[in-house]
Amino acid sequence: MSIKVYVPRDTTTQALGGEYVVSRLQAEAASRGLDIEIVRNGSRGLCWLEPLVEVDTGNGGRAAYGPVSPGDVSALLDAGMLDASTDHPLALGEVTEIPYLKNQQRLTFARAGVTDAVSITDYRQHGGFDGLEKALQMSAQAIVDDVKTSGLRGRGGAAFPTGIKWQTVLGCDADQKYIVCNADEGDSGTFADRLVMEADPLMLIEGMIIAGLAVGADQGYIYLREEYPLAHQILNEAIANATEANWLGDNIQGSGCNFQLEVRLGAAAYICGEETSLLNSLEGKRGLVRAKPPLPAIEGLFGKPTIVNNVLSLAAVPYILANGGQSYADYGMGRSRGTLPFQLAGNIERGGMVELAFGPTLRELIETFGNGSASGRPLKAIQVGGPLGAYLPESQWDLPLDYEAFSADGAVLGHGGVVAFDDTVDMSEQARFSMEFCVAESCGKCTPCRIGSTRGVEVIDKIRAGQNTAANLELLDDLCDTMIYGSLCAMGGMTPFPVQSAVKHFPDDFIKAATTTDGGASA
Amino acid sequence: MTVTPQWDRTAVQQILESLQHTPGALLPILHAIQDSQGYIPPESIQMIADALQQTRAEVHGVVTFYHHFRLSPPGKHVVQICRAEACQARGVRALEAHAKNTLGVDYHGTTADREITLEPVYCLGNCACGPSIRVGEQIMGRVDAERFDALVEELTTATLELK
Ligand SMILES: Cc1cc2nc3c(=O)[nH]c(=O)nc-3n(C[C@H](O)[C@H](O)[C@H](O)COP(=O)(O)O)c2cc1C
Ligand code: SF4
Ligand code: FES
Repeated sequence: MSIKVYVPRDTTTQALGGEYVVSRLQAEAASRGLDIEIVRNGSRGLCWLEPLVEVDTGNGGRAAYGPVSPGDVSALLDAGMLDASTDHPLALGEVTEIPYLKNQQRLTFARAGVTDAVSITDYRQHGGFDGLEKALQMSAQAIVDDVKTSGLRGRGGAAFPTGIKWQTVLGCDADQKYIVCNADEGDSGTFADRLVMEADPLMLIEGMIIAGLAVGADQGYIYLREEYPLAHQILNEAIANATEANWLGDNIQGSGCNFQLEVRLGAAAYICGEETSLLNSLEGKRGLVRAKPPLPAIEGLFGKPTIVNNVLSLAAVPYILANGGQSYADYGMGRSRGTLPFQLAGNIERGGMVELAFGPTLRELIETFGNGSASGRPLKAIQVGGPLGAYLPESQWDLPLDYEAFSADGAVLGHGGVVAFDDTVDMSEQARFSMEFCVAESCGKCTPCRIGSTRGVEVIDKIRAGQNTAANLELLDDLCDTMIYGSLCAMGGMTPFPVQSAVKHFPDDFIKAATTTDGGASA
Repeated sequence: MTVTPQWDRTAVQQILESLQHTPGALLPILHAIQDSQGYIPPESIQMIADALQQTRAEVHGVVTFYHHFRLSPPGKHVVQICRAEACQARGVRALEAHAKNTLGVDYHGTTADREITLEPVYCLGNCACGPSIRVGEQIMGRVDAERFDALVEELTTATLELK
């Protein structure tokens, strides 16, 4: 009997040499006459331990080793890795006992890392398609009601109640409706969508089919960012396997229900994550933001009623259907129900994905899970919620991670990205970048965003060069207000958040920039 | 020294024929053309417009809206550096400066030997292990100046072997 050895097929694993670890394992096993079977599982999201190699212990457990570099393979085999030996510095013991993983509350990511991501057999064995099987027996309204009961709110950033959006689409009378999955994941510091698509793509597919049943749509599109080539490949394999096993396509499992699904690639435009821009892009147009109303739920793709949901929103649905909306709603705090996969990124020692019920503090995340900065220096600022999210100083790290608590304090939870910066960061440079990013990524439809951001870069350059600092800071503030109140969408409307929070909480970086640099703004 | 780039009209024609009837066909078409030709040949825009019954200006507007599509051929390898915040926190600004310096080009530039085109990218989803770069379909993490130089070396010597 061959011994199963797991090496994730995952962007971060591959980025850190995963493929070479696999080839070394194969070569060493062959030359030593060892019988191993390498399974490419998904990543468990413990990015700091990637490549995380797991060995099947034969009694239901898995012995973990990481981070494994190709050069470690030989010594690991010498030390008895295949017998689950812990006699090596990289040995981590039973994988599910690693505190980083054990202390999470994994609903969406329960299967991540356990299975071969594109195997229908693995998926079924671990509860896959249970939700869909139930949904196939339910009325459309009952499915929507279950999602409403769960309290699920959109994980793409705006936190709109998913059940209510679905109700609107269900209520529309139309010959064609669509389910669109927003897999544009443009926010820096976020990768949970990618992890779903690479580690458990069948769950996303299942969620989309359930959405189709709930509103009467038989065509789905996953709008995937071009920057995710591996997710693209894995999604397409998963779709092919699901189709072949009759979980997708016509007459799914003999139910008489149909659902077709296709992946469409974006083309490197941050704004195409905004749902109406995304729809224009899917229609083959420039990604200009559309004025709302009409809501996409009523007039969406090709003018038809359309659900647009983030990957994580749709991925939460199979659990909700399988276990009932209430069991999801039992997690969380206040009006933020269920779990959120937080993503620890940037200058953090233990970066990765941490799925928890809403409510822990930022400090718990970065200290208990993240173990502080990667550089060993004190952390200075944390940007939560992507490039349009505020920079939070230490005084705000005790806020509970909950949509309402965050917005009450001028912060944004968004897609759950947490990007840490140590004390070498120059916040005036970060503020400049926010404006620069808006210049590069504005769709160009409205003046405050398009022109305002260009002016923003200029003004910040002047501040950084020490020119009329007080007057220019005031000008910057006015400019930010104009952007906030005069922009059609959150691109222009929220770019001021990181800028103003940087000025407010880290004024020294702007004044110091003014006194110590002599025209030293970076070009 | 301007070289008139060669492109394969027949290949583009075939792409148009196979995709022009899919709903929202333009992006899939542009991706397929760029994947096969390395760029969107400006002369192909009229062909695309005709196939989709759109104006040349409409198609051109779409091509130029998206950062991914290019109207001129890139070097042999496109190297993208992630400029976004999580990679900034891991020192990508220094890496960017180093890359521009070593290659002697700015973003969107191609080295004189046409080996490498340098492009910025905003996040590759490897934000816990930055700085991140991408070459073709391969993403690399924790890239410092040394790893970058090794990569450039590898990319440029691999070409020599092709002789
Ligand atoms: C500038 C901008 C970028 C956005 N990017 C994304 C994105 O990358 N992924 C995403 O799911 N939602 C993104 N959104 C939010 C979408 O517009 C929309 O709210 C979301 O797709 C709805 O799905 P949900 O209800 O499941 O969150 C973005 C919004 C704005 C204004
Ligand atoms: S705010 Fe910016 S991105 Fe949004 S619609 Fe206006 S110009 Fe476009
Ligand atoms: S910010 Fe660089 S990979 Fe995400």
